Amino acid sequence: MLSRTADNLYWITRYMERAETMARLLDVGARMSLLPSTGEGYHSEWESLLQASGTAEGFARKYGDPVQRNIESYFFFDRDNPSSIASCIGRARENARIVRGALTTQVWDALNGAFQEMRALERRPRSELDLSVLTDWTMRHSAQLRGAIDGTQLRKDGWDFLNLGYFLERADNTARLLDVKYYVLLPGVEFVGSGLDNYQWTTLLRAMSAHRAFHWAYGGEVTARKIADFLILNAASPRSLRTSIEATTVHLDRLARGYGRTTAAQSKARAVLAELAETRVSDIFDEGLHEFLTRFIREVATLGALVHDVYLSGDQR
Amino acid sequence: MAPTYFNEMYQNGQVRPPYRHLEDWTAAMPAELRSLKQAEAEALFRRIGITFAVYGEGGDPDRLIPFDMFPRVFTASEWARLERGIKQRARALNAFLVDVYGRGEIVRAGRIPARLVYQNEAYERAVAGIVPPRGVYSHIVGIDLVRTGPDDFFVLEDNCRTPSGVSYMLENREIMMRMFPALFRESRIQPVDRYPEILRRTLASVAPTKCDSDPTVVILTPGHFNSAYYEHSFLADLMGVDLVEGQDLFVEGEFVWMRTTEGPKKVDVIYRRIDDAFIDPLCFRPDSMLGVPGLMDVYRSGGVSICSAPGAGVADDKAVYTFVPEMIRFYLGETPILQNVPTWQCSKPDELTYVLENLSELVVKEVHGSGGYGMLVGPKSTKEQIAAFAERVKADPGNYIAQPTLALSTVPTFVDQGIAPRHVDLRPYCLVGERVELVPGGLTRVALKDGSLVVNSSQGGGVKDTWVLAE
Repeated sequence: MLSRTADNLYWITRYMERAETMARLLDVGARMSLLPSTGEGYHSEWESLLQASGTAEGFARKYGDPVQRNIESYFFFDRDNPSSIASCIGRARENARIVRGALTTQVWDALNGAFQEMRALERRPRSELDLSVLTDWTMRHSAQLRGAIDGTQLRKDGWDFLNLGYFLERADNTARLLDVKYYVLLPGVEFVGSGLDNYQWTTLLRAMSAHRAFHWAYGGEVTARKIADFLILNAASPRSLRTSIEATTVHLDRLARGYGRTTAAQSKARAVLAELAETRVSDIFDEGLHEFLTRFIREVATLGALVHDVYLSGDQR
Repeated sequence: MAPTYFNEMYQNGQVRPPYRHLEDWTAAMPAELRSLKQAEAEALFRRIGITFAVYGEGGDPDRLIPFDMFPRVFTASEWARLERGIKQRARALNAFLVDVYGRGEIVRAGRIPARLVYQNEAYERAVAGIVPPRGVYSHIVGIDLVRTGPDDFFVLEDNCRTPSGVSYMLENREIMMRMFPALFRESRIQPVDRYPEILRRTLASVAPTKCDSDPTVVILTPGHFNSAYYEHSFLADLMGVDLVEGQDLFVEGEFVWMRTTEGPKKVDVIYRRIDDAFIDPLCFRPDSMLGVPGLMDVYRSGGVSICSAPGAGVADDKAVYTFVPEMIRFYLGETPILQNVPTWQCSKPDELTYVLENLSELVVKEVHGSGGYGMLVGPKSTKEQIAAFAERVKADPGNYIAQPTLALSTVPTFVDQGIAPRHVDLRPYCLVGERVELVPGGLTRVALKDGSLVVNSSQGGGVKDTWVLAE
């Protein structure tokens, strides 16, 4: 397959996964803002979300103070924000248009349909659109695309590149969401274990659509350790780092077998997975959750760069 | 006097035989059903994503060209004659190209002025002396035709480089068959869907001498911002070949390679949809980012075939056009089957006299002008404009040619008020490789505005499905 085609496929799913994360972030923000304010020295939850998603500067330049309505617009509609849901869907669809021939009709329909509906949404007055409508809409289209890919794409190299995009982006996004909660949202150490702390953890779980799954798996009180275990180490949790990296290795192994060539990306993914498999939650807190996540995000970035070098750049001779 | 136009469906109040089924079809379609069907067709076009401008007219890449559901129909015998004429022209144009980049016999014989060929902007010195595989320069020849009577077809222009629009021919048919299957059961309409297969075979048949296995064919596109990108990707998909950009290809050793996830893969035939000027920055425009550095060296040494071959543009030049009938006689020893639009060369004194006396009925063009600039449309101009233009022609007669204003035929078309005749043209796509082939069909463009003779989509033009009936 043409390297550039593989690159386009990989970015389709990265952008769509990112769009879904943005919708989840919006959900987190909306729920947290329903909490009574905790007083001075405490940035609003929205401010924290902007910082977490790396868009605070761009937002401040354009809108100034973080008002919920503006943030919703910025996260959802704003094309000036490269991570907004509209930007992500637009770029995913553009990538798909470029490699239309490598996609099934259903996959193209799912993306093009989302894009056309997005244009229709943009024409409607904002007052008619509740935030929950917008986030549900995003999740639905994201699910539809994933279903179309799983249900109709040939199990060849293109399918592997689509999945690599999904799982590398998801590994990165889950780590970031977790880090947001731990590092950015909570106003100070004195709040650890407080009602606010627990409420925020629960909200995070809800945003990850994992609230019930968590209770089935762990039961009882929501604690940082349990959640870290669930979202980092648990191989049954669909958005955990472990699950994401495991799927990444599966697809890199398939590519290596298909092409008859082992790669540095494959070795790297295996090494990251091996570490996750051996890590206990106490190790993570000994290292420091924030430190662990920062290191992990860097590892995922390295892995992404290796995938680029060996498959997507076309420089491999 | 108002000109009379040939109506392809009705003659003297009678329905012409090829349109027989269509009369019942429209009679059985009430207005509500029609607008439903029209909306359905539009939704289908949008869904498949076929939204691009034909003939490089630019504009919004997501814009839809209006599709008119009323088909345009040819009988088998009408088509048989067109087919012979089109193939004849495509063969002569290719013979001309091989000749003018070789010994130039037609120039030596005095049948076409040397200046017109060798000082032509489209004449590519860089390929002089090259004979491409099978002696084919132009592998896809798009010939624009208009009809003025039952047996009167005129060639407006030849497109020897990279004519676009063929995806409309294929998609229009696909959509008509989906929406009106009954029509296709009643009429015996020849299929066009073999086009991609024949195109691929044509391209594979001109593989370079150095290719000793099943040739790898690719389509080279300027990229997804190009207005015809949809067509490039559509054809690549239907032919089962890779769609590449310049950045996907590189030259190493004697060959051209493409970058794949499995490492470099040799490319044998490039169907390029970018202009000569951009294909190799080392040979042509150094600022081009679209091409492949070193491509021309590989081409010259027989390592890769380029379709159409660089330099093919000299055959579809406006001034060279006048001499195509001469080419047919010179190279093929045949009588031209399709007529050129009669053209008066103002450089010749007696023809200049005629032109000046009849300016109000003629279209006068600059030889090297394009896009409608420096042009006089006699019937639509005032006396003052005509007088002023006459002075310009007299000052520099060699710079002008004149043609009659053509009475383009009409085909019934769905309009707001119901059904009304609208003017059409036709572009069939002739494929030249080991064989010369033509699928029975083409792209019919229609001027949707009442009375308009302009079929360009930028000026209110649309497209129609084009049917050729079986015997």
